[in-house]
Amino acid sequence: MVSTTSVRPVSAAVPAPRAETEPDPAPKAAARGLSFYYGEVQALKNIDLVVHEHRVTALIGPSGCGKSTFLRCFNRMHDLYPGNRYEGEIRLYPDDMNLLDASVDPIEVRMRLAMVFQKPNPFPKSIFENVAYGLRVRGERSRRTLADKVEQALRAAALWDEVKDRLEEPAFNLSGGQQQRLCIARALATDPEMLLFDEPTSALDPIATASIEELITELKSRVTILIVTHNMQQAARVSDYTAYMYLGELIEFGRTDELFIKPKHKQTEDYITGRFG
Amino acid sequence: MEQVGVRMPVAQSVHAARLAHKRARRLKESAIEAVLFLCALSAVATTVAIVVILLYESLGFFEVVSLREFLTGTVWTPLFTNPQYGVLPLVAGTVTTAGVALVVAVPLGLVTAIYLSEFAPHGVRETVKPFLELLEGVPTVVYGYFALLFVTPLLQKLMPELPGFNMLSPGIVIGIMIIPYVSSVSEDAMRAVPMSLREGSYAMGATRFQTAIKVVLPAALSGVVAAFILGISRAVGETMVVAVAAGQQPNFTFNPTESAATITAYIVQVALGDLPHGSIAYQSIFAAGLVLVLMTLAFNVIGHLLRRSFRERY
Repeated sequence: MVSTTSVRPVSAAVPAPRAETEPDPAPKAAARGLSFYYGEVQALKNIDLVVHEHRVTALIGPSGCGKSTFLRCFNRMHDLYPGNRYEGEIRLYPDDMNLLDASVDPIEVRMRLAMVFQKPNPFPKSIFENVAYGLRVRGERSRRTLADKVEQALRAAALWDEVKDRLEEPAFNLSGGQQQRLCIARALATDPEMLLFDEPTSALDPIATASIEELITELKSRVTILIVTHNMQQAARVSDYTAYMYLGELIEFGRTDELFIKPKHKQTEDYITGRFG
Repeated sequence: MEQVGVRMPVAQSVHAARLAHKRARRLKESAIEAVLFLCALSAVATTVAIVVILLYESLGFFEVVSLREFLTGTVWTPLFTNPQYGVLPLVAGTVTTAGVALVVAVPLGLVTAIYLSEFAPHGVRETVKPFLELLEGVPTVVYGYFALLFVTPLLQKLMPELPGFNMLSPGIVIGIMIIPYVSSVSEDAMRAVPMSLREGSYAMGATRFQTAIKVVLPAALSGVVAAFILGISRAVGETMVVAVAAGQQPNFTFNPTESAATITAYIVQVALGDLPHGSIAYQSIFAAGLVLVLMTLAFNVIGHLLRRSFRERY
């Protein structure tokens, strides 16, 4: 299953332009005038961005530009730490709910939007229990339902064939790339509407990276994906839309093929051509 | 070749000076190292000396009393005219009081640790921890009188049959005494669990409580178990509380509402009396002490092994 494609240079990585006429799909989520503060420090400045349904949207930009901060607004991870403050809104469709509204329970938000982290973070449990975690948290007790959902999720994460005979083994026994796919399976098991990836391959080798990227491309038919990446080739390879951020601001947003071939802003061009960042 | 020969002396003298400097430094280093080593050795030497003395004095005891009688006899009366040397009553007293202590300390210590590590806001944690440490610093004789003069009368209101000396009351008090011990080691283990694991759990929609119980606690489990075991060895070795409040009559029972003597209480009792050096009664405290040291040693070794292994998890 693992593709052995090595990392290709930027020029080859840019996908051929898609039919220009293809309309944008319906929005799944939209940030409107979103600002975010760590205490007194403003980390995001008035961001407007639409995430389209069943598409991969990549967030790129130099370190400290706020791309991870922006991603973590979507599942209210910032609520875990005191002193953080949101302004503006993130609307989730089709029900047009503001995720950041004080009346919305962050736990409810996290049940709908799952996240995969930078470093694989399996729980100190068996492979099976890791994937079943979200279901158990939601109160699912039926052995049968759990077994079905776990299998489906592991298949979707292209891990089933590798682990089906050792579901009771500790998740730590898996390799780094397998652990990350396990975390993806864990996120998929609860049928989330959106998957948030926070630099999911930065701790992995090129082969494991290639298999995760392949997986992301396959998954977009099921879920809407928002991915933060440090790696521009990766953004070019996996995403349909790309947002370039710098110092907490959204500089440019557009279809990936257009943004990589003819960026509208000089700054974006400097970044993607490697002259800056 | 000739050129090299001309250069050599210069290079050599510089080199020699450097070497001399290096030698002096190395001498100083090794002197410091020796002093440090001796300091460290003193602790080891003390431990070894204690074990050696215990073994040596016990040997005299075991020349008179068979190991079989010592380990299987159920009557301990070394001070009577017709002495019997079965250590089991003392072991039973020790195990029972330590058991009661654990029933108190494990749940309370664990809940305290979970609260402090996962729930308490910063301000609360900074206030509660010094109080817990204070609890650790109270002299144990104070706890002993607290058990005898406060806890026992209180228990007697609930259980009128309870004798004035019993193992329940000192057991409970020892339990309270070791809560800070259990909770601080468990809390350290739980706080050492990386934030990324907690975030992974929260991101799945888990609550704080679910995260604490289902993810943080299992991740810290070996550290938490180590805390329990260190707590046990503390409870087993505790002396003043039981000497004061449990009565000092060896009694082969595991019923905490009866009075009994523990190994430690017996040692105190005998060591305070006037016993001729070298008599069997005198040597019996070393044999009892040896049993105690072996018990706590075993618990400590298990605890430290577990503590070491938990660092490598997650």
